[in-house]
Amino acid sequence: MSGGPARVVACPDGPLLVRGDVEVVDPDGRPVERHRRTVALCRCGATGIPPWCDGSHKVVGYRTPRPETPPAP
Amino acid sequence: MTMPLPAPRGPASAALLDLLTTAPADADVTGLDRAVGDALVATEDVLRDEDLQLTLLCLYELHYGGLTGVDDAWEWSPALLGVRARIEAVHEAALRDRVPVPEVPDDAGAGDVAETLFALAAEDTGPGLSTFVARRATLEQVRELLAHRSLYHLKEADPHTWAIPRLQGRPKAALVEVQSDEYGGGDPERMHSALFARTMRALGLDDRPGAYLDHVPALTLASLNSMSLFGLHRRLRGAVAGHLAAFEMTSSVPNRLYGNGFRRLGFDEDATLYFDEHVEADAVHEQIAGRDLAGALAAQEPEVRDDVLFGAAACLALDTWVAQAQVGAWSAGRSSLLHPLPDLVPAALALPDGRAVPDGTAVPAGAPVRVGAPVPA
Repeated sequence: MSGGPARVVACPDGPLLVRGDVEVVDPDGRPVERHRRTVALCRCGATGIPPWCDGSHKVVGYRTPRPETPPAP
Repeated sequence: MTMPLPAPRGPASAALLDLLTTAPADADVTGLDRAVGDALVATEDVLRDEDLQLTLLCLYELHYGGLTGVDDAWEWSPALLGVRARIEAVHEAALRDRVPVPEVPDDAGAGDVAETLFALAAEDTGPGLSTFVARRATLEQVRELLAHRSLYHLKEADPHTWAIPRLQGRPKAALVEVQSDEYGGGDPERMHSALFARTMRALGLDDRPGAYLDHVPALTLASLNSMSLFGLHRRLRGAVAGHLAAFEMTSSVPNRLYGNGFRRLGFDEDATLYFDEHVEADAVHEQIAGRDLAGALAAQEPEVRDDVLFGAAACLALDTWVAQAQVGAWSAGRSSLLHPLPDLVPAALALPDGRAVPDGTAVPAGAPVRVGAPVPA
Protein backbone atom coordinates (compact mmCIF):
# COMPACT_ATOMS: atom_id res chain seq x y z
CA MET A 1 0.00 0.00 0.00
CA SER A 2 1.99 2.94 -1.17
CA GLY A 3 0.86 6.45 -0.58
CA GLY A 4 -2.92 6.35 -0.91
CA PRO A 5 -5.38 6.26 1.95
CA ALA A 6 -6.42 2.99 3.57
CA ARG A 7 -9.38 1.37 1.85
CA VAL A 8 -12.19 -0.64 3.37
CA VAL A 9 -14.34 -2.89 1.19
CA ALA A 10 -17.72 -3.82 2.65
CA CYS A 11 -18.00 -7.34 1.21
CA PRO A 12 -21.61 -8.34 0.47
CA ASP A 13 -22.78 -10.88 3.08
CA GLY A 14 -19.28 -10.85 4.52
CA PRO A 15 -16.58 -8.95 6.39
CA LEU A 16 -14.98 -5.55 6.03
CA LEU A 17 -11.83 -6.04 4.02
CA VAL A 18 -9.16 -3.55 5.10
CA ARG A 19 -6.15 -2.64 3.01
CA GLY A 20 -3.62 -0.04 4.00
CA ASP A 21 -2.21 1.60 7.05
CA VAL A 22 -4.84 1.22 9.75
CA GLU A 23 -4.15 0.51 13.40
CA VAL A 24 -6.62 -1.95 14.86
CA VAL A 25 -7.00 -1.59 18.62
CA ASP A 26 -9.07 -3.36 21.26
CA PRO A 27 -11.69 -1.54 23.38
CA ASP A 28 -8.94 -0.37 25.74
CA GLY A 29 -6.88 1.03 22.92
CA ARG A 30 -4.27 -1.71 22.92
CA PRO A 31 -3.07 -2.64 19.45
CA VAL A 32 -4.35 -5.94 18.10
CA GLU A 33 -1.55 -7.89 16.49
CA ARG A 34 -1.98 -7.98 12.73
CA HIS A 35 -0.62 -10.99 10.89
CA ARG A 36 -1.08 -9.88 7.29
CA ARG A 37 -1.21 -6.79 5.13
CA THR A 38 -4.85 -7.17 4.16
CA VAL A 39 -7.23 -8.13 6.95
CA ALA A 40 -10.93 -8.96 7.21
CA LEU A 41 -12.88 -7.51 10.15
CA CYS A 42 -15.90 -9.48 11.33
CA ARG A 43 -19.20 -7.77 10.55
CA CYS A 44 -21.70 -10.52 11.43
CA GLY A 45 -20.69 -10.90 15.08
CA ALA A 46 -20.33 -14.66 14.90
CA THR A 47 -16.56 -14.92 14.56
CA GLY A 48 -14.53 -17.02 16.96
CA ILE A 49 -11.41 -14.89 16.45
CA PRO A 50 -12.57 -11.29 16.96
CA PRO A 51 -11.98 -8.77 15.58
CA TRP A 52 -11.05 -10.83 12.54
CA CYS A 53 -13.41 -12.72 10.25
CA ASP A 54 -13.26 -16.51 10.41
CA GLY A 55 -15.87 -17.26 7.75
CA SER A 56 -18.65 -17.80 10.31
CA HIS A 57 -20.95 -15.41 8.42
CA LYS A 58 -21.53 -18.28 5.99
CA VAL A 59 -22.47 -20.65 8.80
CA VAL A 60 -24.99 -18.26 10.37
CA GLY A 61 -26.41 -17.10 7.04
CA TYR A 62 -25.48 -13.43 7.52
CA ARG A 63 -26.94 -11.23 4.80
CA THR A 64 -26.23 -7.60 4.02
CA PRO A 65 -28.91 -5.54 2.31
CA ARG A 66 -28.73 -5.77 -1.47
CA PRO A 67 -28.13 -2.53 -3.36
CA GLU A 68 -31.32 -1.35 -5.01
CA THR A 69 -31.70 -2.44 -8.60
CA PRO A 70 -31.58 0.59 -10.88
CA PRO A 71 -35.05 1.41 -12.20
CA ALA A 72 -35.82 0.17 -15.69
CA PRO A 73 -35.47 2.87 -18.32
CA MET B 1 14.33 -30.20 -2.60
CA THR B 2 13.69 -32.90 -5.16
CA MET B 3 11.14 -35.64 -4.72
CA PRO B 4 12.38 -39.23 -4.59
CA LEU B 5 11.31 -41.46 -7.47
CA PRO B 6 8.15 -43.29 -6.46
CA ALA B 7 7.45 -46.99 -7.00
CA PRO B 8 5.69 -47.63 -10.33
CA ARG B 9 1.99 -48.55 -10.25
CA GLY B 10 1.67 -50.10 -13.68
CA PRO B 11 3.20 -50.23 -17.17
CA ALA B 12 2.89 -46.49 -17.94
CA SER B 13 4.51 -45.26 -14.73
CA ALA B 14 7.12 -48.03 -14.94
CA ALA B 15 8.04 -46.93 -18.48
CA LEU B 16 8.25 -43.28 -17.41
CA LEU B 17 10.38 -43.95 -14.34
CA ASP B 18 12.74 -46.10 -16.40
CA LEU B 19 13.03 -43.39 -18.99
CA LEU B 20 13.65 -40.59 -16.50
CA THR B 21 16.76 -42.30 -15.18
CA THR B 22 18.34 -42.16 -18.65
CA ALA B 23 19.83 -39.12 -20.36
CA PRO B 24 17.24 -37.18 -22.39
CA ALA B 25 19.51 -37.01 -25.44
CA ASP B 26 19.65 -40.74 -26.08
CA ALA B 27 16.23 -41.75 -24.80
CA ASP B 28 13.59 -43.55 -26.80
CA VAL B 29 10.07 -42.62 -25.73
CA THR B 30 8.20 -45.03 -28.00
CA GLY B 31 7.80 -47.58 -25.20
CA LEU B 32 6.37 -44.97 -22.84
CA ASP B 33 4.11 -43.58 -25.54
CA ARG B 34 2.72 -47.04 -26.24
CA ALA B 35 2.26 -47.88 -22.54
CA VAL B 36 0.41 -44.61 -21.92
CA GLY B 37 -1.73 -45.09 -25.02
CA ASP B 38 -2.68 -48.60 -23.91
CA ALA B 39 -3.43 -47.41 -20.37
CA LEU B 40 -5.64 -44.59 -21.67
CA VAL B 41 -7.62 -47.05 -23.78
CA ALA B 42 -7.91 -49.57 -20.96
CA THR B 43 -8.75 -47.25 -18.07
CA GLU B 44 -12.27 -47.23 -16.73
CA ASP B 45 -11.76 -44.02 -14.75
CA VAL B 46 -8.70 -41.92 -15.41
CA LEU B 47 -9.20 -39.96 -12.18
CA ARG B 48 -8.92 -43.15 -10.11
CA ASP B 49 -6.29 -44.84 -12.27
CA GLU B 50 -3.21 -45.39 -10.10
CA ASP B 51 -0.85 -45.88 -13.02
CA LEU B 52 -1.96 -42.87 -15.08
CA GLN B 53 -2.29 -40.44 -12.17
CA LEU B 54 1.17 -41.33 -10.88
CA THR B 55 2.56 -40.90 -14.41
CA LEU B 56 0.93 -37.49 -14.71
CA LEU B 57 2.11 -36.43 -11.25
CA CYS B 58 5.73 -37.32 -12.12
CA LEU B 59 5.49 -35.46 -15.43
CA TYR B 60 4.21 -32.37 -13.63
CA GLU B 61 6.81 -32.68 -10.88
CA LEU B 62 9.47 -31.96 -13.52
CA HIS B 63 8.08 -28.38 -13.53
CA TYR B 64 8.13 -28.00 -9.73
CA GLY B 65 10.94 -29.16 -7.47
CA GLY B 66 11.95 -32.03 -9.74
CA LEU B 67 12.62 -35.70 -9.13
CA THR B 68 15.77 -36.98 -7.47
CA GLY B 69 18.41 -38.07 -9.96
CA VAL B 70 16.41 -36.95 -12.99
CA ASP B 71 18.05 -34.69 -15.58
CA ASP B 72 16.43 -31.23 -15.56
CA ALA B 73 16.42 -31.26 -19.37
CA TRP B 74 13.48 -33.69 -19.25
CA GLU B 75 11.22 -30.80 -18.24
CA TRP B 76 11.08 -29.50 -21.80
CA SER B 77 11.40 -32.77 -23.70
CA PRO B 78 8.91 -32.42 -26.59
CA ALA B 79 8.27 -36.17 -26.48
CA LEU B 80 7.42 -36.12 -22.77
CA LEU B 81 5.25 -33.03 -23.20
CA GLY B 82 3.41 -34.96 -25.91
CA VAL B 83 2.82 -37.88 -23.56
CA ARG B 84 1.65 -35.49 -20.87
CA ALA B 85 -0.79 -33.86 -23.28
CA ARG B 86 -2.39 -37.22 -24.09
CA ILE B 87 -3.08 -37.92 -20.41
CA GLU B 88 -4.17 -34.33 -19.78
CA ALA B 89 -6.73 -34.47 -22.58
CA VAL B 90 -8.43 -37.52 -21.08
CA HIS B 91 -8.14 -36.14 -17.54
CA GLU B 92 -9.68 -32.80 -18.49
CA ALA B 93 -12.43 -34.49 -20.48
CA ALA B 94 -13.31 -36.65 -17.47
CA LEU B 95 -13.60 -33.57 -15.27
CA ARG B 96 -15.69 -31.66 -17.79
CA ASP B 97 -17.93 -34.68 -18.23
CA ARG B 98 -18.56 -35.25 -14.53
CA VAL B 99 -18.53 -31.83 -12.95
CA PRO B 100 -21.78 -29.86 -13.22
CA VAL B 101 -21.06 -26.19 -13.84
CA PRO B 102 -23.47 -23.40 -12.87
CA GLU B 103 -24.51 -20.87 -15.48
CA VAL B 104 -24.44 -17.12 -15.17
CA PRO B 105 -26.02 -14.52 -17.46
CA ASP B 106 -23.84 -13.19 -20.27
CA ASP B 107 -23.73 -9.75 -18.71
CA ALA B 108 -22.74 -11.01 -15.25
CA GLY B 109 -20.38 -8.65 -13.48
CA ALA B 110 -17.54 -9.50 -11.08
CA GLY B 111 -19.90 -9.34 -8.10
CA ASP B 112 -22.46 -11.63 -9.76
CA VAL B 113 -19.83 -14.25 -10.55
CA ALA B 114 -18.44 -14.01 -7.02
CA GLU B 115 -21.91 -14.52 -5.59
CA THR B 116 -22.43 -17.54 -7.82
CA LEU B 117 -19.13 -18.99 -6.59
CA PHE B 118 -19.99 -18.35 -2.93
CA ALA B 119 -23.37 -20.01 -3.47
CA LEU B 120 -21.74 -22.99 -5.19
CA ALA B 121 -19.25 -23.39 -2.34
CA ALA B 122 -22.05 -23.09 0.22
CA GLU B 123 -24.03 -25.88 -1.46
CA ASP B 124 -21.01 -28.12 -1.21
CA THR B 125 -21.65 -29.85 2.08
CA GLY B 126 -19.37 -32.79 1.28
CA PRO B 127 -19.16 -35.92 3.40
CA GLY B 128 -18.13 -34.07 6.53
CA LEU B 129 -14.41 -34.77 6.53
CA SER B 130 -13.64 -31.81 8.79
CA THR B 131 -16.46 -32.75 11.17
CA PHE B 132 -15.14 -36.32 11.24
CA VAL B 133 -11.68 -35.04 12.11
CA ALA B 134 -13.04 -32.66 14.75
CA ARG B 135 -15.08 -35.31 16.52
CA ARG B 136 -13.90 -38.82 15.78
CA ALA B 137 -10.61 -39.19 13.93
CA THR B 138 -7.86 -41.17 15.64
CA LEU B 139 -4.20 -40.19 15.71
CA GLU B 140 -3.56 -42.71 12.94
CA GLN B 141 -6.31 -41.18 10.81
CA VAL B 142 -5.12 -37.59 11.20
CA ARG B 143 -1.62 -38.76 10.26
CA GLU B 144 -3.18 -40.26 7.13
CA LEU B 145 -4.93 -36.96 6.46
CA LEU B 146 -1.58 -35.18 6.56
CA ALA B 147 0.02 -37.79 4.30
CA HIS B 148 -2.71 -37.25 1.68
CA ARG B 149 -2.43 -33.50 1.95
CA SER B 150 1.36 -33.38 2.02
CA LEU B 151 1.56 -33.74 -1.74
CA TYR B 152 -0.14 -30.39 -2.27
CA HIS B 153 0.45 -28.57 0.99
CA LEU B 154 4.23 -28.96 0.95
CA LYS B 155 4.03 -26.96 -2.29
CA GLU B 156 1.01 -24.98 -1.17
CA ALA B 157 0.07 -22.16 -3.55
CA ASP B 158 2.59 -23.16 -6.23
CA PRO B 159 0.12 -24.53 -8.83
CA HIS B 160 -1.92 -21.30 -8.82
CA THR B 161 1.20 -19.15 -9.01
CA TRP B 162 1.72 -20.31 -12.59
CA ALA B 163 -1.28 -18.14 -13.53
CA ILE B 164 0.23 -14.81 -12.44
CA PRO B 165 1.91 -13.89 -15.75
CA ARG B 166 -1.22 -14.89 -17.65
CA LEU B 167 -3.40 -12.29 -15.93
CA GLN B 168 -3.62 -8.53 -16.08
CA GLY B 169 -4.91 -5.69 -13.95
CA ARG B 170 -7.26 -6.38 -11.04
CA PRO B 171 -7.21 -10.20 -11.24
CA LYS B 172 -3.42 -10.22 -11.37
CA ALA B 173 -3.06 -7.87 -8.40
CA ALA B 174 -5.55 -10.02 -6.48
CA LEU B 175 -3.71 -13.27 -7.17
CA VAL B 176 -0.38 -11.73 -6.17
CA GLU B 177 -1.97 -10.38 -2.99
CA VAL B 178 -3.25 -13.83 -2.02
CA GLN B 179 -0.08 -15.66 -3.01
CA SER B 180 2.13 -13.22 -1.13
CA ASP B 181 0.24 -14.13 2.03
CA GLU B 182 0.44 -17.86 1.16
CA TYR B 183 4.20 -17.45 0.86
CA GLY B 184 4.46 -15.89 4.30
CA GLY B 185 4.50 -12.19 3.38
CA GLY B 186 8.29 -12.24 3.30
CA ASP B 187 8.79 -14.54 6.30
CA PRO B 188 9.83 -18.03 5.17
CA GLU B 189 8.73 -19.52 8.50
CA ARG B 190 5.19 -18.29 7.92
CA MET B 191 4.96 -19.77 4.43
CA HIS B 192 1.95 -22.02 4.49
CA SER B 193 4.02 -24.90 3.18
CA ALA B 194 6.44 -24.37 6.09
CA LEU B 195 3.58 -24.31 8.60
CA PHE B 196 2.27 -27.54 7.11
CA ALA B 197 5.71 -29.15 7.38
CA ARG B 198 5.76 -28.09 11.04
CA THR B 199 2.44 -29.86 11.62
CA MET B 200 3.80 -32.98 9.94
CA ARG B 201 6.88 -32.95 12.18
CA ALA B 202 4.72 -32.47 15.26
CA LEU B 203 2.97 -35.72 14.33
CA GLY B 204 6.21 -37.57 13.72
CA LEU B 205 5.86 -37.49 9.95
CA ASP B 206 8.61 -37.00 7.42
CA ASP B 207 8.19 -33.53 5.89
CA ARG B 208 10.39 -34.09 2.87
CA PRO B 209 8.57 -33.72 -0.48
CA GLY B 210 7.00 -36.94 -1.66
CA ALA B 211 7.97 -38.94 1.42
CA TYR B 212 4.52 -40.56 1.39
CA LEU B 213 3.83 -40.50 -2.33
CA ASP B 214 3.84 -44.30 -2.48
CA HIS B 215 1.04 -44.37 0.09
CA VAL B 216 -1.27 -41.86 -1.55
CA PRO B 217 -4.03 -43.15 -3.85
CA ALA B 218 -4.85 -41.96 -7.37
CA LEU B 219 -7.78 -39.73 -6.50
CA THR B 220 -5.65 -37.59 -4.19
CA LEU B 221 -3.02 -37.40 -6.93
CA ALA B 222 -5.78 -36.40 -9.38
CA SER B 223 -6.71 -33.50 -7.12
CA LEU B 224 -3.17 -32.08 -7.27
CA ASN B 225 -2.81 -32.97 -10.96
CA SER B 226 -5.95 -30.98 -11.73
CA MET B 227 -4.40 -27.90 -10.13
CA SER B 228 -1.21 -28.40 -12.15
CA LEU B 229 -3.26 -28.87 -15.32
CA PHE B 230 -5.15 -25.62 -14.72
CA GLY B 231 -2.04 -23.75 -13.65
CA LEU B 232 0.27 -24.81 -16.45
CA HIS B 233 -2.04 -23.98 -19.37
CA ARG B 234 -2.68 -20.34 -20.23
CA ARG B 235 -5.84 -21.58 -21.95
CA LEU B 236 -7.14 -22.65 -18.52
CA ARG B 237 -6.37 -19.39 -16.64
CA GLY B 238 -10.08 -19.06 -15.90
CA ALA B 239 -10.15 -22.51 -14.35
CA VAL B 240 -7.15 -21.87 -12.11
CA ALA B 241 -8.71 -18.62 -10.87
CA GLY B 242 -12.01 -20.37 -10.17
CA HIS B 243 -10.22 -23.25 -8.51
CA LEU B 244 -8.39 -20.96 -6.10
CA ALA B 245 -11.59 -19.08 -5.27
CA ALA B 246 -13.46 -22.28 -4.44
CA PHE B 247 -10.48 -23.62 -2.50
CA GLU B 248 -10.35 -20.49 -0.34
CA MET B 249 -14.14 -20.43 0.08
CA THR B 250 -14.14 -23.90 1.60
CA SER B 251 -11.17 -23.41 3.89
CA SER B 252 -11.78 -21.20 6.95
CA VAL B 253 -14.57 -23.19 8.57
CA PRO B 254 -13.10 -26.67 7.88
CA ASN B 255 -9.68 -25.56 9.13
CA ARG B 256 -11.22 -24.48 12.44
CA LEU B 257 -12.63 -28.00 12.73
CA TYR B 258 -9.31 -29.64 11.75
CA GLY B 259 -7.58 -27.58 14.44
CA ASN B 260 -10.22 -28.67 16.96
CA GLY B 261 -9.60 -32.29 16.02
CA PHE B 262 -5.86 -31.97 16.58
CA ARG B 263 -6.47 -30.20 19.90
CA ARG B 264 -8.89 -32.96 20.93
CA LEU B 265 -6.07 -35.43 20.29
CA GLY B 266 -3.84 -33.43 22.62
CA PHE B 267 -1.70 -31.46 20.18
CA ASP B 268 -0.73 -27.88 20.93
CA GLU B 269 -0.17 -24.80 18.83
CA ASP B 270 2.97 -26.22 17.27
CA ALA B 271 0.75 -28.68 15.42
CA THR B 272 -2.35 -26.52 14.99
CA LEU B 273 -0.77 -23.22 13.89
CA TYR B 274 -1.19 -24.30 10.28
CA PHE B 275 -4.95 -24.70 10.72
CA ASP B 276 -5.36 -21.63 12.93
CA GLU B 277 -3.51 -19.53 10.36
CA HIS B 278 -5.86 -20.73 7.63
CA VAL B 279 -8.98 -19.84 9.61
CA GLU B 280 -7.89 -16.21 9.59
CA ALA B 281 -6.01 -16.03 6.29
CA ASP B 282 -8.58 -17.75 4.13
CA ALA B 283 -11.42 -15.59 5.43
CA VAL B 284 -9.44 -12.78 3.78
CA HIS B 285 -8.39 -14.78 0.74
CA GLU B 286 -11.88 -15.98 -0.14
CA GLN B 287 -13.06 -12.40 -0.52
CA ILE B 288 -10.09 -11.41 -2.68
CA ALA B 289 -10.09 -14.62 -4.72
CA GLY B 290 -13.87 -14.63 -5.17
CA ARG B 291 -14.33 -10.99 -6.13
CA ASP B 292 -11.07 -9.47 -7.33
CA LEU B 293 -9.56 -12.58 -8.92
CA ALA B 294 -12.24 -14.96 -10.20
CA GLY B 295 -15.14 -12.50 -10.42
CA ALA B 296 -13.10 -9.73 -11.98
CA LEU B 297 -11.41 -12.11 -14.43
CA ALA B 298 -14.79 -13.42 -15.58
CA ALA B 299 -15.94 -9.85 -16.20
CA GLN B 300 -12.65 -8.78 -17.80
CA GLU B 301 -12.34 -11.79 -20.11
CA PRO B 302 -15.84 -13.14 -20.78
CA GLU B 303 -14.38 -15.90 -22.96
CA VAL B 304 -12.93 -17.60 -19.86
CA ARG B 305 -15.97 -16.98 -17.64
CA ASP B 306 -17.31 -20.52 -18.05
CA ASP B 307 -13.90 -21.90 -17.17
CA VAL B 308 -13.86 -19.82 -13.98
CA LEU B 309 -17.03 -21.62 -12.95
CA PHE B 310 -15.69 -24.96 -14.19
CA GLY B 311 -12.47 -24.59 -12.19
CA ALA B 312 -14.43 -23.80 -9.04
CA ALA B 313 -16.85 -26.68 -9.55
CA ALA B 314 -13.96 -29.07 -10.30
CA CYS B 315 -12.21 -28.05 -7.08
CA LEU B 316 -15.34 -28.73 -5.04
CA ALA B 317 -16.05 -32.04 -6.80
CA LEU B 318 -12.50 -33.34 -6.35
CA ASP B 319 -12.49 -32.32 -2.69
CA THR B 320 -15.77 -34.14 -2.20
CA TRP B 321 -14.57 -37.31 -3.94
CA VAL B 322 -11.33 -37.37 -1.97
CA ALA B 323 -13.17 -36.74 1.29
CA GLN B 324 -15.74 -39.44 0.52
CA ALA B 325 -12.94 -41.94 -0.01
CA GLN B 326 -11.22 -40.96 3.25
CA VAL B 327 -14.32 -40.87 5.45
CA GLY B 328 -15.60 -44.05 3.78
CA ALA B 329 -12.38 -45.94 4.52
CA TRP B 330 -12.11 -44.69 8.10
CA SER B 331 -15.77 -45.33 8.86
CA ALA B 332 -15.25 -48.91 7.65
CA GLY B 333 -12.19 -49.28 9.86
CA ARG B 334 -9.76 -49.32 6.93
CA SER B 335 -6.75 -47.22 6.03
CA SER B 336 -7.46 -44.51 3.43
CA LEU B 337 -3.99 -45.03 1.97
CA LEU B 338 -2.65 -47.65 -0.43
CA HIS B 339 -0.44 -48.93 2.39
CA PRO B 340 -0.74 -47.90 6.04
CA LEU B 341 1.89 -45.45 7.28
CA PRO B 342 4.96 -46.70 9.10
CA ASP B 343 4.43 -46.90 12.83
CA LEU B 344 5.20 -43.90 14.94
CA VAL B 345 8.84 -43.63 15.77
CA PRO B 346 9.00 -42.64 19.43
CA ALA B 347 12.17 -40.59 19.10
CA ALA B 348 10.64 -38.47 16.40
CA LEU B 349 7.67 -37.72 18.60
CA ALA B 350 9.50 -36.82 21.77
CA LEU B 351 9.40 -33.32 23.12
CA PRO B 352 12.76 -31.76 24.01
CA ASP B 353 12.24 -32.36 27.72
CA GLY B 354 11.51 -36.03 27.11
CA ARG B 355 7.81 -35.83 27.82
CA ALA B 356 5.73 -38.18 25.76
CA VAL B 357 3.69 -36.69 22.97
CA PRO B 358 -0.03 -37.27 22.85
CA ASP B 359 -0.03 -40.82 21.54
CA GLY B 360 1.24 -41.91 24.92
CA THR B 361 4.62 -43.05 23.71
CA ALA B 362 6.99 -42.62 26.61
CA VAL B 363 10.49 -41.40 26.00
CA PRO B 364 13.06 -41.23 28.80
CA ALA B 365 13.93 -37.75 29.95
CA GLY B 366 17.19 -36.54 28.50
CA ALA B 367 17.10 -38.91 25.57
CA PRO B 368 18.99 -37.39 22.65
CA VAL B 369 16.04 -36.68 20.44
CA ARG B 370 15.16 -33.88 18.12
CA VAL B 371 11.61 -32.68 17.75
CA GLY B 372 10.40 -33.47 14.33
CA ALA B 373 13.32 -35.62 13.26
CA PRO B 374 12.43 -37.23 9.95
CA VAL B 375 11.02 -40.68 10.37
CA PRO B 376 13.15 -43.31 8.65
CA ALA B 377 11.21 -45.19 5.99
